[in-house]
Amino acid sequence: MILAMLGEAWRAMGANRLRTMLTMLGMVIGVGAVVLMMAIGQGAQYAIKQTIAAMGSNLFILLSGSTSAGGVRSGGGGNLTLTVSDADAIAELPGVQAVAPIHPGNAQIVYGPNNWNTSIIGTTPGYLDARSWPVISGAAFTDSDVRSATRVALIGKTAAQNLFGDEDPVGKTFRIRQSPFVVLGTLATKGQGMDGRDQDDTILIPLTTAQRQVFGAQFPGSVRMVMVQTGTQEIMPEVEASMTELLRQRHHIREGMENDFFLRNLTAAADSAAESTRVMSLLLGAIASVSLLVGGIGIMNIMLVSVTERTREIGIRMAIGAREKDILLQFLLEAIIISVLGCFIGLLLGIASALLANELTGTMVIISGSSVVVAFSVAATVGIFFGFYPARKAAQLDPIEALRYQ
Amino acid sequence: MVDSAMRDAVIRIEGLHKSYQTSAGLFPALKEVNLSIIAAEFVAIMGPSGSGKSTFMNILGCLDAPTSGRYILDGRSVAELSKDELALLRNRTIGFVFQGFNLLPRMTLLDNVALPLIYCGIEHKERQQRAQELLAKVGLADKTASLPNQISGGQQQRVAIARALVNHPRLILADEPTGNLDSHTSEEIMTLFEELNSEGITIVLVTHEEDIARHAQRKVHFFDGRIVSDQVTPRQEATA
Repeated sequence: MILAMLGEAWRAMGANRLRTMLTMLGMVIGVGAVVLMMAIGQGAQYAIKQTIAAMGSNLFILLSGSTSAGGVRSGGGGNLTLTVSDADAIAELPGVQAVAPIHPGNAQIVYGPNNWNTSIIGTTPGYLDARSWPVISGAAFTDSDVRSATRVALIGKTAAQNLFGDEDPVGKTFRIRQSPFVVLGTLATKGQGMDGRDQDDTILIPLTTAQRQVFGAQFPGSVRMVMVQTGTQEIMPEVEASMTELLRQRHHIREGMENDFFLRNLTAAADSAAESTRVMSLLLGAIASVSLLVGGIGIMNIMLVSVTERTREIGIRMAIGAREKDILLQFLLEAIIISVLGCFIGLLLGIASALLANELTGTMVIISGSSVVVAFSVAATVGIFFGFYPARKAAQLDPIEALRYQ
Repeated sequence: MVDSAMRDAVIRIEGLHKSYQTSAGLFPALKEVNLSIIAAEFVAIMGPSGSGKSTFMNILGCLDAPTSGRYILDGRSVAELSKDELALLRNRTIGFVFQGFNLLPRMTLLDNVALPLIYCGIEHKERQQRAQELLAKVGLADKTASLPNQISGGQQQRVAIARALVNHPRLILADEPTGNLDSHTSEEIMTLFEELNSEGITIVLVTHEEDIARHAQRKVHFFDGRIVSDQVTPRQEATA
């Protein structure tokens, strides 16, 4: 029965191919747009999540503050107000999990005939914890390396490739400026940071080595920034308050005076980026859904025309024994076939264009099973919803009137 | 003959009225109609246009419901049946033949004949087989794959008759079946109806041509919504 009906619906659609295809095109475009937008939106969300995971979670960054001398104000970090002992004191605060004082800079590195300019970060082993950045071969440097300012380094993937090519860098000696350093280990791949910089183009060395032997320091023990990680995201505001309190005390800042440091919550910034991406992908999906709706209305429109055109046929069918539900099913099936077939083509088109977008622009796209299922079920629902009214109209025709229809 | 077998009546109509609501008020199309038709009768319904014979046929075919009165078809009171049961009656008990043939233009003749079988859930293979048999019976065994517009009017009407017969109905209702055909073809169609009648199928046929009506054994005349005459005549042999 259903099979015979399917055959008839197929024949009816074939009778006016151009019209059927144009009707279907509405669905194709609608579903294609939804799939493409969802792929792009989910890709963007995934990229943001990756970035956040790469940055490390629950992070604060403390920057040395500005000073004002004779009306001239230096920018953040212009005056090195933070010290290693500040960092040690912060480490004692409840809720703080890892603390890493940082002394960054850029320098030329040399190995044999190769040289490369990269970012050098002088820090403590806590940095690897704070940024959840594992060492994948070799070993990390230790607190004793920091105490004795040894010339050892951990090397990021990009820097390693540029300096050592295919060679294994672990155990090799290279030079930062003029000083020889031994590679202790290589760092896991991090990818792009929030600012688009390649985080793997970097070398980590002990803080003291950076201060004393590579960049020099105005005041021994002072640092440009300190990275602080808390145990959970919930206690971040608490830790923020106690950290500010502690630093104001240590820096002897009186009531009403400005902080001489900057405290930034990196996780909050990342979260808001993730949130805005989520909203954007929802918005894209919503806009695409409108075209799906328009496609559905197109189906209803054509089905209504089809019912009118085939009034006589409906009358004949009723005269030879079709029940109301037979007629209803016949027209409903046509609408469903159009929308499901349109959906299928739209799905392929959406996936193809998402892959093409990825190929051409490098945009991250994710085609998830759930988005395919959603698109399919929405299309079937649209078919039933917009096909039902015309089908019911057909089923409720008066057979005598219908037979008389010219 | 009419009196002898009331219990075997295929159609029994008592005190039938039908009125239409028109802009000029209530228009009575049928007034107090009583009629019984027994199995294997061949009845011609005659009368001028507007006499109510088409309305009567629509009610006989369960396409329309009477305003009042009883209609008993094959032992069942039609007024008490649901829409689906009426559809089933049209599918199983009644076969329709129309003036304008009413074949579906995009279907092959075989599919046209098989169409009623879809609505009673018969399998594809059996549908095809039965449609094939019926097409052979009306002399069109070699045209199964043709479309309706590829054959003549007389042939189309044969296909329509095959479609009406496909579910083995007890009753064939034919509304001016020869109205669109030339006299020679009309004769052929009427001969076909006579054959079917001799196989025991009850036939009720609307016509306004005496030539056509003489194939029937009984002529019922309608005028102004009433039956004005009801004659039983022995069948005359075709002369044309």
